[in-house]
Amino acid sequence: MIKNMPLSAMIGLFFVCLYFAMAIFAPWLAPYGMAEVVGDVWEPSSAAHWLGTDNIGRDLLTRMIYGGQTTIYIATAATILSFTMGSVLGFLAAVLGGWADQLLSRSVDLVMSIPSLILALVILSVMPVTVPILIVVMGVLDSTRVFRLARAVAVDINAMEFVEAATLRGEGRGWVIFREILPNALSPLVAEMGLRFIFAVLFISTLSFLGLGVQPPLADWGGIVKENKDGIVYGIGAALYPAVAIATLAISVNLVADWILNRTTSLKGGRG
Amino acid sequence: MGPALRLVVQRIALGLLLLFLVSILIFWGTLILPGDVAQAILGQSATPEALANLRDELGVNDPPLTRYFEWLGGVLSGDLGTALTNGKDIAESIGSRLENTLFLAFWAAVIAVPLAILLGLLAVRYRDRWPDKLISGVTLSTISIPEFLIGYVLMYFVGVKLGWAPTVSMIHDGMNLGQKLHSIALPVAVLTLVVLAHMMRMTRAAILNVMQSPYIETADLKGLTKFNIIWKHAFPNSISPVVNVVMLNLAYLVVGVVVVEVVFTYPGMGQYLVDHVSKRDLPVVQACGLIFAAVYITLNMIADVVSILSNPKLRHPK
Repeated sequence: MIKNMPLSAMIGLFFVCLYFAMAIFAPWLAPYGMAEVVGDVWEPSSAAHWLGTDNIGRDLLTRMIYGGQTTIYIATAATILSFTMGSVLGFLAAVLGGWADQLLSRSVDLVMSIPSLILALVILSVMPVTVPILIVVMGVLDSTRVFRLARAVAVDINAMEFVEAATLRGEGRGWVIFREILPNALSPLVAEMGLRFIFAVLFISTLSFLGLGVQPPLADWGGIVKENKDGIVYGIGAALYPAVAIATLAISVNLVADWILNRTTSLKGGRG
Repeated sequence: MGPALRLVVQRIALGLLLLFLVSILIFWGTLILPGDVAQAILGQSATPEALANLRDELGVNDPPLTRYFEWLGGVLSGDLGTALTNGKDIAESIGSRLENTLFLAFWAAVIAVPLAILLGLLAVRYRDRWPDKLISGVTLSTISIPEFLIGYVLMYFVGVKLGWAPTVSMIHDGMNLGQKLHSIALPVAVLTLVVLAHMMRMTRAAILNVMQSPYIETADLKGLTKFNIIWKHAFPNSISPVVNVVMLNLAYLVVGVVVVEVVFTYPGMGQYLVDHVSKRDLPVVQACGLIFAAVYITLNMIADVVSILSNPKLRHPK
């Protein structure tokens, strides 16, 4: 499996691992404390501060590392939530059929008829903005897309002979879902997971940029842009570092997801 | 026109039903969520009297059904209520902002749609050669960066380093069209880049799909040039999926506009919405949310209607 890996997927996997390692070992890697003021405002890069300092004199490399930790943590948690919810409900809808399927599918249609960002803004206008609430809101909104894919895949599998055989020998719904459908639906779902993770990273960054995501002094990539955006007009590019970080992470995950998808199946999931 | 007409009517009815359900979702969603709205607006230190007053003003004590229909009746007759934070009429504040937002989205669409189709045709013409790979590579990277970061990258390099366009998009009635366009050059460029990638990739895929048909081979054997084959034989037959993708992306512009307006401090709907979400001004958020959702649903509906109408099997039943 690893031997036949194309170069693009290998590069992608390398960067994904690098980013996750950076997120996990952030406190040991970061040269300074997360919210520690260590220099002047917007110092250029130097030996002491590789990326310079930010709008109130904190080390930008440190902020980027901790920011990656927050962003990746929230995105990962939201993706896990959306996957568990979306795929369990999607499989259930496919196996149960009838009115349960109709009810679930039509509710998902309703939620998906509003752009997620708009719906998230409406919800966050009445909820306190904290990390757990952000994760739940993002996870639930995103689970609608997972639901669609999981249901479509499960309906196909549900019509196969081996599922019929399992039902005839008297296995329950739980067995059919977890022992028959899940193993066969795994690869398209895993590829979709990569895309959903990227979507979550972009989504939380956007919310933080709008001031409705991660709250200061906690660092995150979208927030770093918000804090340093005023420097742009003076020709200070501090706000552009998160662009590089998000783009490399997104492209790497895409490369890995493409490889998994090409390797295993012809099923394609929706983007966006 | 029999079956096509019926499908179109069905689709429009579904759209209206969806709009009605969405209005319920937006109205009740903001009420049934845990958390006291009045408390959230005034903060923890609010006095009980102030809380009671605000609750009264919000109408929290009335039965929800009455309140919903009062609100819906107001929305349908153009009365969106008054903002909590400054007491201004919401419909009045939204009016000119909606116009500005549509102005921005319109110019982004005018540039992005022909460009996407042209690039899609080029990518098919030079399939798997360097122009195709270059176009694919650039569009893939614009998909991977959020809109607001593309905005700042352009602002930094084009606006500040080169000084070609203003970094703040102020717009007012006293400007003529040329000045307005110069003012919104950067936000339009960002929106164009964001929707261009998806539209171009789908156009390419749709045309490539048609390129495998036998009549393309015939055209090839007749000795037509490659570009003639694509333009005269493949493209007309892939119009339906292309139109569909274009409409979906125009719907996506509605969302992209929110973020881009904040980046360039453009006086539109998006900035109005974001401002009032952080101020927890519920009536404004509900009104803006409903308008954005309505535009989105309408564009999606048009996309479906167009794809029904462009299906010859439905237009000419046997």
